[in-house]
Amino acid sequence: MDFWNIISTSLTTAIGPIAAIYVLAAIGLNMHFGYTGLLNFGQVGFMLVGAYGVGVGVGTFGLSLWAALLLSVACATVLALLLGIPTLRLRADYLAISTIAVAEALRLLYRAEFARPLTGGVYGRQSLAAGFIAANPIPSGRYGVAGVEFSANQLWTMLVAWALVAVALLLTWALMHSPWGRVIKGIREDEDAVRSLGKDVFVYKMQSLVLGGVLGGVAGALLAIHQQNITPDQFMPQVTFYLWAMLLLGGAARTFGAVLGPMVLWFLLTAFDETLRSLLTIGALPFLDGGDIGALRHAFVGLALVLLIVYRPQGLIGNRKEMLVNVK
Amino acid sequence: MSSEASAARAADRMAGVEPVPGVPKPDPILKASGVRRSFGGLTAVDVEHLEVQRGTITALIGPNGAGKSTLFNLLTGFDRVDAGEWSFEGRRLNGLGGHRVARQGMVRTFQLTKALTRLTVLDNMLLAAPGQVGERFFGALYPPAWRRQEAVQRERAMDLLRRFKLDAKKDDLAGSLSGGQRKLLEMARSLMVDPSMVMLDEPMAGVNPALVQSLLGHITALRDEGMTVLFVEHDMDVIMGISDWIVVLAQGRVIAEGRPEDIRSDERVIDAYLGTRHDEPGGDGEAARGAEEEA
Amino acid sequence: MRTRLVTVLLAVIAAFMVIPGAAAADAQGGENLNGQIRQPTTVEGLEITVYEGTEGDEVIGEATTDSEGRWEVELPGPGDYRVVLDEESVPDEYVVPEKPGSELEVEVRPDQQRTVVFRLQTPEEAAEESASPSAEDDAEGGAGAGDDGAAGDEGAEEVPGVDAGASFGDKFVQLAVSGVIFGLIIAISSVGLSLIFGTTKMINFAHGDMVTFGAFMAMMFSTMTVFSSLHDSVADVPVLGFLLNPLVVGLVLAVVLGGGLGMFLERFLWRPLRKRHVALIQMFIVTIGVSLILRHVLLVLFGARREKYEQFRIQEPLELGPLSITPRDLSILLLSVVVLVLVASMLQFTRIGKAMRAVADNRDLAESSGIDVDRVTLYVWGLGGALSALGGVFYGLNQTVHWQMGFHLLLLMFAGVILGGLGTAYGAMVGGLVVGLVAMLSTLWFSPQLMNVWALGIMILVLLVRPQGILGRRERVG
Repeated sequence: MDFWNIISTSLTTAIGPIAAIYVLAAIGLNMHFGYTGLLNFGQVGFMLVGAYGVGVGVGTFGLSLWAALLLSVACATVLALLLGIPTLRLRADYLAISTIAVAEALRLLYRAEFARPLTGGVYGRQSLAAGFIAANPIPSGRYGVAGVEFSANQLWTMLVAWALVAVALLLTWALMHSPWGRVIKGIREDEDAVRSLGKDVFVYKMQSLVLGGVLGGVAGALLAIHQQNITPDQFMPQVTFYLWAMLLLGGAARTFGAVLGPMVLWFLLTAFDETLRSLLTIGALPFLDGGDIGALRHAFVGLALVLLIVYRPQGLIGNRKEMLVNVK
Repeated sequence: MSSEASAARAADRMAGVEPVPGVPKPDPILKASGVRRSFGGLTAVDVEHLEVQRGTITALIGPNGAGKSTLFNLLTGFDRVDAGEWSFEGRRLNGLGGHRVARQGMVRTFQLTKALTRLTVLDNMLLAAPGQVGERFFGALYPPAWRRQEAVQRERAMDLLRRFKLDAKKDDLAGSLSGGQRKLLEMARSLMVDPSMVMLDEPMAGVNPALVQSLLGHITALRDEGMTVLFVEHDMDVIMGISDWIVVLAQGRVIAEGRPEDIRSDERVIDAYLGTRHDEPGGDGEAARGAEEEA
Repeated sequence: MRTRLVTVLLAVIAAFMVIPGAAAADAQGGENLNGQIRQPTTVEGLEITVYEGTEGDEVIGEATTDSEGRWEVELPGPGDYRVVLDEESVPDEYVVPEKPGSELEVEVRPDQQRTVVFRLQTPEEAAEESASPSAEDDAEGGAGAGDDGAAGDEGAEEVPGVDAGASFGDKFVQLAVSGVIFGLIIAISSVGLSLIFGTTKMINFAHGDMVTFGAFMAMMFSTMTVFSSLHDSVADVPVLGFLLNPLVVGLVLAVVLGGGLGMFLERFLWRPLRKRHVALIQMFIVTIGVSLILRHVLLVLFGARREKYEQFRIQEPLELGPLSITPRDLSILLLSVVVLVLVASMLQFTRIGKAMRAVADNRDLAESSGIDVDRVTLYVWGLGGALSALGGVFYGLNQTVHWQMGFHLLLLMFAGVILGGLGTAYGAMVGGLVVGLVAMLSTLWFSPQLMNVWALGIMILVLLVRPQGILGRRERVG
């Protein structure tokens, strides 16, 4: 077993483009759950419509990437409104059920046969990033040190993705340190109390849902650009659960919780994968085959969620005192 | 002005008002008629007519399950009526959501205190200030637009906190306060909204006896400043001591109203209390079970 | 049953079907071509050759699909390539359809790991497709890209075979019956979900996987030789022969184990968490964690194939007027009704049933009136687990057993529970029935792929107009 190789591969994943994309989506989820207390179990739905903003915009209508990105944002906004109007006036659990159901229904819709002229059905859309790659200012080649290496295109995606992460962090930080953020956090604690003080809770929740959803949508669009092609089945509900695990691992309601969580979890997941894989190649795990690794990783995420809630509900950088105070 | 003097003035205002259910008041701030609400076939509230006199402390009493909290919720927009209409300062409130009722100047507190636990005491106060520019999404992104306003509100909040002796706790999380302190915070916070009427849902419930006197003091002080207070309470001694007017609710209806001395001697009130106290443990339970059978 | 719709076409999968896979592949960098071929079980030993340019003969690389149907060819750099599937290597049971054919041209950009899509068909399908041009849509409608190693027509349930020439009325009756069966299955599975919500205010996201658990347990026991040899020895005895049918034995054991699983979770996970005052929202997340663990452990243990219970695989339908129904489905229908009636009478008339409803209605009140809430909750979990396992066996009988069956059913269970009224047992029954009917009847007009979408659409509609559900009570607010 080559430990250094496992470590460097895991590190590469932890700072790579996919991790950055998950960070962006997790910042959105942090807006929803961490600050506002909205139970969004369908963040993957926002990523789906965002990715397909690019997929349909570029792949079907041949729009420029900028126009397609606008389409992504618009789709995420519309989805947030559609989800929010029926459920934000109801108890929190209704939003939870609706979001998970709507995200899954959207995936089925996007992959359905009748949608094929638009979305490409189960085959999705390909060749989405020509314009993005053409705009890459980094000379081609490989960059990095000690096994943590990226190609020019990966570096370009990373640059853009992490820059967007920085913008999103700045935005949430500014918002959460303003009176707006105070109302949002108040709603998380007790929305009736906030309502009794004359604030229109519904509007605030809607704004939060849209903002976090748009961040999810942009993450999806970046995913489409990064992979250059997308299929609906990438957007399984598991993605949302990964995001939850990441956010809780990092620490909800902390600006950097949503950054740290995805990076650490990606590191752990890749290390988990690579270790199992190398154990398999040396024949140390005769009862498993290669296909089981993915399944075991999902189970591992599940276990991580349970253990986190039980033993460290505040996450890596959360505030334990705040957690304890929340006992109602 | 001393408390006695203002109590006397409040009593003056009620002079000549007949102690009968639904009686009109000389200068009502809140008027409700035909307000009805039922849960699964069980009538929780059925108030034919009720007026609340401006500048008085009015107590709403009644046995368990009489519909006091439901009436509170209905009047403040936290529940929907089946029928009826009511107005505050002459403006109709029907169908307005809780936040819009509050903006009209009628602010409520809750039976189970709703301190925003993971916010600091000061943030709890600041949250309640009305008309903040920084509370708008785009306004929030440009701090110079709201810094000055924030500073003014902070001053106001600190004044109120000092009055309620919470100023030392301003940077503590509200969740770390004791039950009584939370009640005080909730009262102080409701004043940040600048209300003309406060509705207190059992302000004394679960408060340690030492704090009760201080809470009572604050309530009478509110009236002395010209505010109208409507509150729900169980403790008869407390009610008799500070109320200018008492409204008695039983099975959702107003069965009596009047000055403390009128109520003390009212046969119906004694019946209502004794009659239900007899089977009180099952009171709410019967209701819930009955509703369940309905469903 | 027209199994065609479920298993029809080959399903091809992008290599980065699951994003983590992409991340890992990503790390290696460089261009490659790859793909995975399934029909719907993976096809091993297909030979694929990659040529340079659209015309050239220079071989860049060759690959053979592995045991999972995967193949991959590293490329020297970006450019145009031609990918050829060697038709000689295709097993006899499949043919390569004319479209898209066995030769594809692709353009690869820098760093792209491009997935190439080949299709395989069975000769019958190919014949059908060429015989009627309209059949293609139909066949494609059934094509599904699998996920994580699953193939088949995801999102759509098996829709009973109805002759294309059948009248609308006949179709309606037929679909209504399968809708009722499907609805009853949803209802049985979701009674527990609703009661658990009522008693603990917790949405159990793992409920679907408890359904899968039941289906797999019955599968495991019914294929054990112990039970089949036991059955063989008494096969001719009329009643005993049926009672000891391996599947019946498996069903009983699955229900017992399902109840056990529910009680185990309550006793050793949920109760301790409640005692620690873990917030409800955190509990939701724990249920998600449990569901991920349960689902994927089942996947590792039992594999990703869709399977049917051996004993009742093929049956001659009974003709009852316009209606044809297999004895298997008829017994599911009757048994479900019996079970639901039993559960309802248990809730209505027995002490523990009344206590369950009381706790579901108002936990604090029930506690203050002397009900042992912890014990009742334990029984609710036992009942819920047992019923969901039973629903899983029925679902597996009616459709196929598959590691994601429960999760797909979960969304419909949510729809049913919300429709009927969150927290009420009878609401779950009525709601489940409605959702099953809506899902099946929607295929009269719309693609079967969308049947779940319609069911979820109904749920959203209910949230808009009557959030408390059909049988729910209007909530007190504030």
